[in-house]
Amino acid sequence: MTDTTDATNATTGTPRETTEGTVYTVTGQDWDSLTEGLGEAAEERIVVNMGPQHPSTHGVLRLILELDGETVTECRLGIGYLHTGIEKNCEYRTWTQGVTFVTRMDYLAPLFNEYAYVRGIERLLDIEDQIPERANVIRVMMMELNRISSHLVALATGGMELGALTPMTFGFRERELVLDVFEMITGLRMNHAYIRPGGVSQDLPNGAVDKVRDLLKLMPKRLSDMENLLIGNAIWMGRTVGVGYLDLTGCMALGITGPILRATGLPHDLRKSQPYAGYETYEFDVPTETTCDAYGRFLIRIREMKESLKIVEQCLDRLQPGPVMIEDKKIAWPAQLALGGDGLGNSLDHIKHIMGQSMEALIHHFKLVTEGFRVPAGQVYTAIESPRGEMGVHLVSDGGTRPYRVHFRDPSFNNLQSAPAMSEGSMVADVIAAIASIDPVMGGVDR
Amino acid sequence: MSEIQHTGAEEDVTHAPHVEGETVEVRHGMFGADGTGDTSGYGGLVRPVQLPGGTARPYGGWFDEAADRLADLVPSYDQAVERVVVDRDEVTFHVHRDHLVGVVQAFRDDPALRFEMCMGVSGAHYPHETGRELHAVYPLMSITHNRRVRLEVTCPDDDPHVPSIVSLHPGNDWHERETFDFFGIVFDGHPGLTRIEMPDDWPGHPQRKDYPLGGIPVEYKGAQIPPPDERRAYS
Repeated sequence: MTDTTDATNATTGTPRETTEGTVYTVTGQDWDSLTEGLGEAAEERIVVNMGPQHPSTHGVLRLILELDGETVTECRLGIGYLHTGIEKNCEYRTWTQGVTFVTRMDYLAPLFNEYAYVRGIERLLDIEDQIPERANVIRVMMMELNRISSHLVALATGGMELGALTPMTFGFRERELVLDVFEMITGLRMNHAYIRPGGVSQDLPNGAVDKVRDLLKLMPKRLSDMENLLIGNAIWMGRTVGVGYLDLTGCMALGITGPILRATGLPHDLRKSQPYAGYETYEFDVPTETTCDAYGRFLIRIREMKESLKIVEQCLDRLQPGPVMIEDKKIAWPAQLALGGDGLGNSLDHIKHIMGQSMEALIHHFKLVTEGFRVPAGQVYTAIESPRGEMGVHLVSDGGTRPYRVHFRDPSFNNLQSAPAMSEGSMVADVIAAIASIDPVMGGVDR
Repeated sequence: MSEIQHTGAEEDVTHAPHVEGETVEVRHGMFGADGTGDTSGYGGLVRPVQLPGGTARPYGGWFDEAADRLADLVPSYDQAVERVVVDRDEVTFHVHRDHLVGVVQAFRDDPALRFEMCMGVSGAHYPHETGRELHAVYPLMSITHNRRVRLEVTCPDDDPHVPSIVSLHPGNDWHERETFDFFGIVFDGHPGLTRIEMPDDWPGHPQRKDYPLGGIPVEYKGAQIPPPDERRAYS
């Protein structure tokens, strides 16, 4: 652009005769200052809005990328497109009804949302050690199955975003196997509202244990099919090795937990360090990698699914008959559900009991369902290890039948902050790989 | 601020004694019905609602150790830490907002404390607590020592300012924006305190108690069901 002939033409502005006719050069006024003002670097600098509707942004995430050529010089994130006000809504429902709301936050890990919330209530009520053993075993089993289904989606969508479509179909197919188990046990594939204060809403139906055992037989083979497709795959490694780098210092500063933190070599897992629901009695390993990149996070997810299968197997072995709801009739949800001719409803045995046998049971049912139970005033922060990291719940009770404040510290929300640190200075295509390795779920981010 | 008192028996150290909590609300009746509508006979009930008050020493376990260490590190400890609440095996340091940054730094940097991770900030709105309506609650975690503490800071509604700790814990960036968005707490020193969940031009702060939930009545099998915030609340 500093070519002398161009500069001469631009300053003189004299028309030139060519074979096509006369060529005029526009000059004068403030055109020169405008082109000079733009500078040299600016002509390659563009700002691209990626999302919120874009298949590779994991839901409604908006990326604002400043690009220099194909290099990302600045990455910003816009969230809030899926904000539903769940925390506020919980303040207008009873403690038990809140389960129905919170299960919809991180929709790939609904049972973790439920347990994190329920654990907060149980600590506020000081009944953590009164939960029946069977309820805790079922909770752990369901959460570990949920961890598998969540990681499968992480790998499936992550693979799809990088162009690996077979892992996508495999991942969703295998996830469906897990969701079939959920459907059989809870009645729903997602949004179960299954884990309730004091226990779980429903005992395992007939045949559920066999179905889980079948899953345990089938899943290892299916998982190895999936990992054979990707582990060591040159294209997959080319897209993920060294991409989305975030080391331990970065994780500490940004409050990152979960597979991203474990990919830096730190074996921090709340199931081990601050166990809950009896996790200290199960045998499993905490997989770590030291690569700090997207490939390491992928390996960790694969290995965590195998560890989860080990835990589920131990759960099945120690399932003993017994109650699945706390003894205390002032807290325990009174009814079990049963499928009748007119759909799902209270079991007929329960109706017979409250209508014909026990006035006290009728009163308890009525009071719990209309009014709920009171929770002593105070606040707690409880945290569990969700598939994405520390899922913390801050609950405040004012002694009433409704929560005074419910706040979820969702790991997706926190971990998504690391996207700029992982992707600035890299190629646009690596942003996709980095975000896929964070595995954010926008329902949890926005709540 | 509740006064610290010692319960008589010195040997009773298994459970840190609770000092009377502050009354945040007084509730009347029982079934959410007032006046002649209440035929239950419980209408005359008066129940003050108290959140757990400050705890007198010893707090129990490592809590004393941590508090002692903090007292060594923070110059004016008595002004910085207004009270310590031990409740349900969790410890909360109520920190005056002027000293928040120093306290957080001490918690982060001192090897004996080393709460290297801040798990965000959550807000809470207590309209009845005049002069300290807005609370910001910081859960800190130490991976080194496998411990958790909670810091609580208050600010009045008409001066809703709390210093930002993003310079110490960069991960609190979005959390502080969220708390600003929902409660209107202004975190001074935050690099870009804008709304994060609500649209940029949204008026008000939705998770305050005086902000209505909204909703419309719905008809179900011929009956009108009022929106959730107008239904009877069983206090």
